[in-house]
Amino acid sequence: MNSTLNATQLLMVPLAPLLGAALTGILGTALGGNRIGRGLSHSFTILGVFVSLVISALTLYSVAVEGARFNETIYTWMVVDGFKMEVGFLIDGLTAMMMCVVTFVSLMVHIYTIGYMHDDEGYNRFFAYISLFTFSMLMLVMSNNMLQLFFGWEAVGLVSYLLIGFWFNKPSAVFANMKAFLVNRVGDFGFIMGIGLLAAYTGTLNYTEAFAQAPELAGMTFPGTSWLLVTVICIGLFIGAMGKSAQFPLHVWLPDSMEGPTPISALIHAATMVTAGIFMVARMSPFFELSETALNVVLVIGAITALFMGFLGVIQNDIKRVVAYSTLSQLGYMTVALGASAYSVAVFHLMTHAFFKALLFLAAGSVIMGLHHNQDIRWMGGVRKYMPITWITSLMGSLALIGTPLFSGFYSKDSIIEAVAESHLPGAGFAHFAVLAGVFVTAFYAFRMYFLVFHGSQRFEQNPDAHRHGDTANHHSAHPPHESPWVVTLPLVLLAIPSVLVGYFTIEPMLFGNLLTDAITVNAHQHHAMHELAQAFHGPMAMASHALGAAPFWLALSGVVLAYVLYMVKTKWPASIQRMLQPLHTLLDHKYYLDAFNEHVLARGARGIGTGLWRWGDQALIDGAVVNGSWHWVSRISGLVRQGQTGYLYHYALAMIMGVFLLMTWFVWLQP
Amino acid sequence: MSLTLGHMLTVGAVLFALSVTGIFLNRKNLIVLLMAIELMLLAVNLNFVAFSYFLGDLQGQVFVFFILTVAAAESAIGLAILVLLFRNTSSIHVEELDSLKG
Repeated sequence: MNSTLNATQLLMVPLAPLLGAALTGILGTALGGNRIGRGLSHSFTILGVFVSLVISALTLYSVAVEGARFNETIYTWMVVDGFKMEVGFLIDGLTAMMMCVVTFVSLMVHIYTIGYMHDDEGYNRFFAYISLFTFSMLMLVMSNNMLQLFFGWEAVGLVSYLLIGFWFNKPSAVFANMKAFLVNRVGDFGFIMGIGLLAAYTGTLNYTEAFAQAPELAGMTFPGTSWLLVTVICIGLFIGAMGKSAQFPLHVWLPDSMEGPTPISALIHAATMVTAGIFMVARMSPFFELSETALNVVLVIGAITALFMGFLGVIQNDIKRVVAYSTLSQLGYMTVALGASAYSVAVFHLMTHAFFKALLFLAAGSVIMGLHHNQDIRWMGGVRKYMPITWITSLMGSLALIGTPLFSGFYSKDSIIEAVAESHLPGAGFAHFAVLAGVFVTAFYAFRMYFLVFHGSQRFEQNPDAHRHGDTANHHSAHPPHESPWVVTLPLVLLAIPSVLVGYFTIEPMLFGNLLTDAITVNAHQHHAMHELAQAFHGPMAMASHALGAAPFWLALSGVVLAYVLYMVKTKWPASIQRMLQPLHTLLDHKYYLDAFNEHVLARGARGIGTGLWRWGDQALIDGAVVNGSWHWVSRISGLVRQGQTGYLYHYALAMIMGVFLLMTWFVWLQP
Repeated sequence: MSLTLGHMLTVGAVLFALSVTGIFLNRKNLIVLLMAIELMLLAVNLNFVAFSYFLGDLQGQVFVFFILTVAAAESAIGLAILVLLFRNTSSIHVEELDSLKG
């Protein structure tokens, strides 16, 4: 279509990280005999991702400025009865933006890892995994068909599993990666149902061809029911998105995934992989637009996640878990925007969130390093003096997260809130309340963490857990915290810049320009949220000044003030509030008992069914009655019959005589 | 009282019953078993002769000769097997010969 985009150039984007991953993963580990060392390992992978980033940036430039588009099949895997399975790329505004976000955050995380994993034995393996992840994620976002989307979807899930369980000697990490994998299977079941239904009714996996048939699909109903077919498809696809993007009630794996090393929490479980669901729904917008019911489900699920996961962030004491619950809540915001048909706003928040949440995670990792692997914010405090760069970048990340005007998070989050206010779906009222209340909760937990970590009294010497970490840690804990090396702080600074600025500069092209218009379909007659937003928009500066008089800003400010009062001024209050609201605290501490429910009802129930089938189906019926039963009965019956075989001649002779007698009797008297 | 077919057949039946009882009740000697079988054949022969006489048909008596011949050969083979059996097991005790037991 356009000479500036060609297949070779685009192929290099996913293949460069794959090459890096293969080199490092085979030659740098025991698999290939440890032929290359640490320096070469991180050089290969960083180079691969860097190449990827440069090409992605060029692609974004030609897509955004020159209006280039690319939609071609690169390779035909197989054709079955005219049903094509292909590998291809679809490059439009949405894809190009995602490519840049993925490769940029990935590059930052690669650099950061040099510092963070410095003392780890699995250094090379880690680099291989994160480069493999980058490849998988790029395949997912660049795909032009649902098969490749599914491939990328599963591949990122696999790498996520490998990385959550990176420290596979830790039982909790193994538990967490198993949990993540299993919960994602539930989502993937819905996802593959959705894809299967689409393929069955449209006869193609290609996006463009499938979207072209959307009007015909709109009128169909699911066989045997009065449900709209497209509703069933969309809910199936959204269940997939719920698993990957950790929406209630399939969110339970994300907090546990914090068992993995911090860099991957930033890359996979905050910035990129978990947004795959949001991306997918935005990509499938031509179908979602056809179903009010599906949109309503999306809206309500997103609203529940946005508000209730925020509450959980308030009571967490592990620094990574606070950020993890914040991620859940922000993913809920994106989902709400999807439900309100403001797909471009969701994608916009996806982008800004990727930057500031990756920043917050990496900053949290930096704090953890500085405090000698203590993650409990109760035993931090006053770190500002020791780690100035981490402090200032964290502050910027937190300000972006709570939606301070002019920061990137403000533009995306305020747009979501306004879009929900314009939505007329039945669940929109609840969703609007949830996102507004969520602003206050977000500000409170973000600054609770910020004040506890960076300000106040220094409590790291009093950490009772410090003695558990063995001799070396004990030795270290005598030292004050220290700032991290430059490989850690450089990514923080480089991520802080877009966290602050990207919203201001990109809100216009992304929401109201034509960057995403051909990637996203909105039924403007029924869903006019975007139209209303465009009417009200008079430039980013005007939006910021206008926000000073609106509710979200004051809610965020009151959240910050409350956090300041409780954790800086009246530091005794939180404990007494906790005592007063003990039942509530218990409820939150047990995460609404969802984990307990899953473990005791679903997991135990499934195990019960499995045990029952094993005991009664397999052991009793198949093994007992059929396999062992056949020989058992043959043996019992033959054992009985064998009693007749006495071996005595006179018994046999008698039997013969009796036989002759009976035969004669029958012949003579009984024969008819 | 003249001799009727009924008398002859009764004797035959008695002989046959005796031989069956002999097979069944004998727990000791295999030779007795062979003799009982011979007796059974004789009972059948008696029936043949009786029917032949009363029906005036010689075919029955011809048949008796054949049966006697076969029975003699059969006893010879039976006794030969018996001798071999005795050589191998040193016993012709019926109760002990149960190697056909399943």
